[in-house]
Amino acid sequence: MNDMVLPPVLTAAQYKSGYKPIWCPGCGDYTVLASITKALATLQRPPHEVAVVSGIGCSSRIPAYTNCYGFHGVHGRSLAAATGLKVARPELTVLVASGDGDGYSIGGNHFMHACRRNVDLTYIVMDNHVYGMTKGQASPTTEPDWDNKLSPGGTGIRSFHPLVIALAAGANFVARAFAGDQHSTAEILAQAVRHPGFSFVEILSPCVTFRPEQRDWKERVRPAAVDATDDAARAARRIMTDDGFNIGVLYAGDREPYPLGGAAARTELAALEEEFAL
Amino acid sequence: MNAAKTNLPLEQGPQTLEEFMAQALAMENEAVERYTELADAMEQHNNHEVATLFRTMAGHEAKHGRRIMAEMGWREVPQIKVHAKTWPAEIAPETLPFGEVHYLMQPWHALQLALSAERQAEAFFATLARLAVSEPVRKAAQEMRAEEAHHVSLIQAWIEKVPKPDPDWAVDPDPPRYTD
Amino acid sequence: MDASLNLNPQSRDAANAAFMKPAGAGLSIAIAGSGGSGVMTAGTLLLDAAAQAGLYGMMVRTSGPQIRGGEAAALLRLGAAQIESLDDSFDLLLAIDWQNVHRFADEIPLHAGSVVIGDADGGEPPPVFLASGARSVALPLKKMAKALPGSWINMLALGLAGTLAGLPEEALAQAVRRSWKRTEAALEANLKALHAGIVAAADVPALPKLPAGGPKPGRWLMSGNEAAGYGALRGGVRFVAAYPITPATELLEWMAPALTKVGGTLLQAEDELASVNMIIGASYGGVPSLTATAGPGLALMTEGIGLAVAAEVPIVVVDVMRGGPSTGIPAKSEQSDLSFAVSGLHGDAPRLVLAPGSISDCVSTLQWAVELAEELQSPAIVLSDQFLGQSQAIVEKPPIRPSNTRRLTAEADTPDYKRYRDTPSGISPMAIPGTRGVVYTADGLTHTEAGIPSSQSRDHAVQLDKRERKLMRHDYGSRWADLQGKGSLAVITFGSSTGPVREALQRVAAQGVDVRLIALRLLAPLQPGVFERALAGVERVMVVEQNHQAQLLRYLRGMLDLPARPASFHRPGPLPLRPAEICAAILEWAGANAKTKELA
Repeated sequence: MNDMVLPPVLTAAQYKSGYKPIWCPGCGDYTVLASITKALATLQRPPHEVAVVSGIGCSSRIPAYTNCYGFHGVHGRSLAAATGLKVARPELTVLVASGDGDGYSIGGNHFMHACRRNVDLTYIVMDNHVYGMTKGQASPTTEPDWDNKLSPGGTGIRSFHPLVIALAAGANFVARAFAGDQHSTAEILAQAVRHPGFSFVEILSPCVTFRPEQRDWKERVRPAAVDATDDAARAARRIMTDDGFNIGVLYAGDREPYPLGGAAARTELAALEEEFAL
Repeated sequence: MNAAKTNLPLEQGPQTLEEFMAQALAMENEAVERYTELADAMEQHNNHEVATLFRTMAGHEAKHGRRIMAEMGWREVPQIKVHAKTWPAEIAPETLPFGEVHYLMQPWHALQLALSAERQAEAFFATLARLAVSEPVRKAAQEMRAEEAHHVSLIQAWIEKVPKPDPDWAVDPDPPRYTD
Repeated sequence: MDASLNLNPQSRDAANAAFMKPAGAGLSIAIAGSGGSGVMTAGTLLLDAAAQAGLYGMMVRTSGPQIRGGEAAALLRLGAAQIESLDDSFDLLLAIDWQNVHRFADEIPLHAGSVVIGDADGGEPPPVFLASGARSVALPLKKMAKALPGSWINMLALGLAGTLAGLPEEALAQAVRRSWKRTEAALEANLKALHAGIVAAADVPALPKLPAGGPKPGRWLMSGNEAAGYGALRGGVRFVAAYPITPATELLEWMAPALTKVGGTLLQAEDELASVNMIIGASYGGVPSLTATAGPGLALMTEGIGLAVAAEVPIVVVDVMRGGPSTGIPAKSEQSDLSFAVSGLHGDAPRLVLAPGSISDCVSTLQWAVELAEELQSPAIVLSDQFLGQSQAIVEKPPIRPSNTRRLTAEADTPDYKRYRDTPSGISPMAIPGTRGVVYTADGLTHTEAGIPSSQSRDHAVQLDKRERKLMRHDYGSRWADLQGKGSLAVITFGSSTGPVREALQRVAAQGVDVRLIALRLLAPLQPGVFERALAGVERVMVVEQNHQAQLLRYLRGMLDLPARPASFHRPGPLPLRPAEICAAILEWAGANAKTKELA
């Protein structure tokens, strides 16, 4: 062996738990799982120092499929749980996984405030424009005219634009990826994890069962024709006119992340009693 | 966004035989992993015929990988640092994309996908042979290309032996179920 | 035809003897398979065919965790009398393939007289299914289906199972035709497959045949979720807020187009907090409103329900209970939200809690819930469950009564109008926005009779008394429970447990043991006087329920004086309660009672 050989490294396979996913064959989430493990392998964080926090839905099943610490919480609250974890344990790498229903509907409020708070997390939303787990209702990102049982004829409501909200609310890193392109998604995720503060990556992840027409997404996505910018106003202009299929890092800001890691204890507990003593 | 972009600038092909073979091995191993994952997904969805087929393909790729290691005298998979832009940015050409499978797919479909992957791999190595900067690398690339061409013909023969799917192959009388 | 029967005369006789199920047991059939074999559809068609043949029936579905292609089973019980419970065991298990079907072994118990049919090329049936002594038959199902191009194997299964049950070919073919959405040519091919299945039944040991005839007029085929939706509309609901959750989603999905037809609206909410607050808003505006959810959603709605209590705004919240706690077992049934429903609000917050006792009863109970909520200006929680909600049944057309819904509203320009005026009944007229001269502000803050926020002890006491009184003074009539039977022993139950309990009581009665049934429909408020009268002459009670902590028992003991030492039969989901286990528990309890009596 010549000196190009490096010491043994963690491979992507070591981040997989081996539990067989129940996702439908053809589901975009398989690629997302592969991209996450590849990104973690690029970063070489030991799996036991990574936590994956999720809510409820097909995408939220992902923690058990990784070899990292996982938290499969309740619907829409993954960001809250993840925030608590990261603030209490800043040395962990915390990834948050969600879907468009879990993340933008019931999780919408937490989404806004997580962007604003700018805690160092990486928020991965697998967006398939539908509630998959409950058999096919419209989600906030579903097109207004998509016919479904709960809203026959479509909701008639403008779909949610998560990247705009994230930028406006203060997220420090805003990107879009496509599950049909594992390598580029892995790269974006690695960047997102490295970037300080709240990193938001929306991954277009087709639902082969409830939205089979999303097979044409692979023809519609394109690499964003711009470089990542740290100018929020420029990013805003770009994202406000985005058609939902531009792939890449659209904003990488330099806002101060939420300060983590409290100072060491400076006072004996008993010293607090002085306040009460007469 | 297709795999196997092959328009490499000339000076950025693999520089040494070792580098080339390490990457070829990585490609084989990635294909093994992908075929295994797809086999697991098929098995989870009670499509044993295709699961078995994917496991067979995984076995072939694994055999090819072991042969590379034997030829190079490697006992472990080497971790060789790859120069930037040496290989295509996307996923290895021989690996099936996750999005192309269907829980009701039949062996004929699976073999079509495998055929496409092997053809991409063959074309990829043909390009590398053309762009090789040294004779050992060129020779190795040509050998790999021949190997992939052989796979292509094997799969083509296999396709002839399996039944063609009905037009209704994707029809499931039952609606999707939900569980959460 | 390649059929193998492992049956000698002795075991056949034993099998026939073992088949002696109680009269009225009907026939229980399980159809299982995976990956596109279409067993759910076969089950639905079989149920429809049974209806065509004048029979009653019920179907429950079960499946693996996969969204498509997973192992699945349709579990049916058919008979000549209305069916409200699964039987103790299945008489026929027809597996199109055996992929992971062993996972359903607990849900498909068999007995020595059962018949198990599998594909001759599909391997042996899993041992767990043969352990009961059931007879195993292998038929070349896949080969037969392949020999009929363009046909589906589930049609073969339908013909086979239907014929073994005694359904005529015409009823089966009619069911297929009525459901057909594809081409004529495909229909023909599948009717051929149906016929092939019918013919193949001759090679299978006979099962007792059901008394099939022609269709009987006046019956309905529906699920509990659909029945509840219809009942709500009958009660006058015209606004629904919806957030999807298993197993309540279909109730909301049924209501979406139905509401449009009758001039109402359904709005999909962003979450359950929004749903409950939306229906409070709509109801404050004068429109009877409803939402439906499951345990996790009800947990989110509690603050809103408390607001409805305090501000006296009528709403109906249907909780289609599932395995708990937390995310629990979403697609399985359990009766474990009872404690939460009757007491899970902060503060002293009386509210209505009702529970339908059968699929058919969902219509009437929902209508009643709306009527009560509107009249008493109170939230009503209706405890349905996954078993009722997602099972389909052929039922006698439910009794439809005219809607009694009336909300006491304030007239325009009422002098000295006070929204929360203390009245003898506790009910005060509610002003509807748009009515002149009676404007007020609804409030969750404790308030004066005029609705002005107050922290005065007198105002607090007046309003607490008023809200309790309006519920306690109301005459709920006889609908609060189904009472039947005589004797000094009584079983108390509610919801989906009622069906298997009723059947168990029939069996013990046939053995000379008289036990009364009190099947509660109104769980809150409890009416001590009324309950006492129902228990006159009862020396011992047993409470039967499907949860881990005996929630109903503890609730009743806390609220009422029950006769000495009430007994309990309780276990959690996910498996349904079966008549035999309840029967055994009752007999043991009755035996113990008899001994106690002798000693006394």
